Amino acid sequence: MRIVVDLTRCQAYAQCVFLAPEMFELHGEEALLYRPDVPDEQLERVRQAAAACPVQAILVGEAVSACAG
Amino acid sequence: MPGDLREGRIVIVGASLAGLRAAETLREKGFTGTLTVVGDEPRPPYDRPPLSKQVLLGKAAANATELPTRWDPDAEWRLGVRATGLDPIGKRVLLADGESLPFDRLLIATGTRARPWPNPQEAALDGVFTLRTCDDAGRLADRLAAGPRRVLVIGAGFTGSEIASACRERGIEVTVAERGPAPLVGALGGTLSRLAAGMQRAHGVDLRCGVTVTALRGNGRFTGADLSDGSRIDADVCVVAMGAVRNVEWLADAGLAAGPQGVACDAGCRAFNMYGIVTDDVFVAGDVSRFPHPLFDYQMLSLEHWGNAVAQAEVAAHNMVSPGPLRRPHLAVPVFWSSQFGFNIKSVGVPTFSDQVVIAQGSLAARRLVAVYGYRGRITAAVTVNMAKWLEYYQRLIETAAPFPPGPGAADGHPLVTEFPIPSDVPDPKGLSHGPTVALTGHLPDRRLTVVRRAC
Repeated sequence: MRIVVDLTRCQAYAQCVFLAPEMFELHGEEALLYRPDVPDEQLERVRQAAAACPVQAILVGEAVSACAG
Repeated sequence: MPGDLREGRIVIVGASLAGLRAAETLREKGFTGTLTVVGDEPRPPYDRPPLSKQVLLGKAAANATELPTRWDPDAEWRLGVRATGLDPIGKRVLLADGESLPFDRLLIATGTRARPWPNPQEAALDGVFTLRTCDDAGRLADRLAAGPRRVLVIGAGFTGSEIASACRERGIEVTVAERGPAPLVGALGGTLSRLAAGMQRAHGVDLRCGVTVTALRGNGRFTGADLSDGSRIDADVCVVAMGAVRNVEWLADAGLAAGPQGVACDAGCRAFNMYGIVTDDVFVAGDVSRFPHPLFDYQMLSLEHWGNAVAQAEVAAHNMVSPGPLRRPHLAVPVFWSSQFGFNIKSVGVPTFSDQVVIAQGSLAARRLVAVYGYRGRITAAVTVNMAKWLEYYQRLIETAAPFPPGPGAADGHPLVTEFPIPSDVPDPKGLSHGPTVALTGHLPDRRLTVVRRAC
């Protein structure tokens, strides 16, 4: 699974940083850095982070290469 | 008739963010026909913004940024093959492998590529890079990880500044050479460019403005560069960050209004032909497009923004499967972001469409601020530095053409920090090393195709 964060929308509420600290970090006060590839053991935390994002900026999904089989 | 538009053959040329989101949206809107996506890179759609940030910092692998899908677009992916031409009469896209793809409707989403260093021999020196693709980022990240003595970045636009930021964070010495008066001046104007220059110097960047790089030196391997002020920079890596070139050469014989500023289209993403007549089966989205925006006097805008690629692709896809009265205009207000030197810079509107600017909240000294831009007495843009939560507020002011300067207390109950607006000081982009990521390109579609040069 992969994630992409719509940083146009992100306002650095940082809920994702608390819920999945290995995947999301704030760089300075409000610049979000994230790991785009999701290891299996982080998937549940990433899903929680995506659900908790106040501005719904996190998209979790299969990569195209996975869709195409 | 709507049923007809949901069937047939759609070809999307360009397999990046805009192409992928358009493909998904076509299926979401009920398109049941055959969908083919052509991409010149041999890999599925991936996200580019992390390439100059996480990837250069060594926090993510260059090949890890493949984009997630919202759902399977059920497309045939033709990856690693370049589109070389468009036959608008026969309605076919010609491919580099000799095949041609027939279509009923076409979406052009070929985006941009990095502007190369103009001297091919110098550009071929080992250690000279551009940064646009995943492969570019992987090679540059490897070189940074090897611990170069000094990196020279040519061009202090957003990409160049982010590269310099990543170098400093990794403890690498970096020189930035910019022909304009300050970093980011092409996108943000004079006032904030001074803040950007201060940020760079405070983080140890050797920033050289008002100079051009006259030659890259090296014998097989890059060793340094000569500057127009007579000085010489010794470095072992050079990153050419001189903006982007639109991928329009393949359209040279297509009869479309395609030129160096992009492919002109209407607010519904339909391409104009070379006579300014709108087509009904060729659509455009993303960085390669050029479209009129009512908030900015209907000037044609060329935007190199992630958010625009998504929004415009969705509108284009909707319009490709919708009959006339149900079509939607692409009216999204431009928004972009950049993170560098620990700062989060976000912009809404078009800062270069301005004559004045005022610091409405925060201050340059506090390194947290909102700059509001005005044009002839109305608000046309706002830029936040580490104050992103305010962006939406100013977006509404832009959308409603609110008066400039914003009244005292318009934002947070405090008087404006600067008492009087000052000139926004937007330079002519021709004098800069970096291209503006928002380009005002005038009212007219390019008149003739002869300005398009084929890539050699």
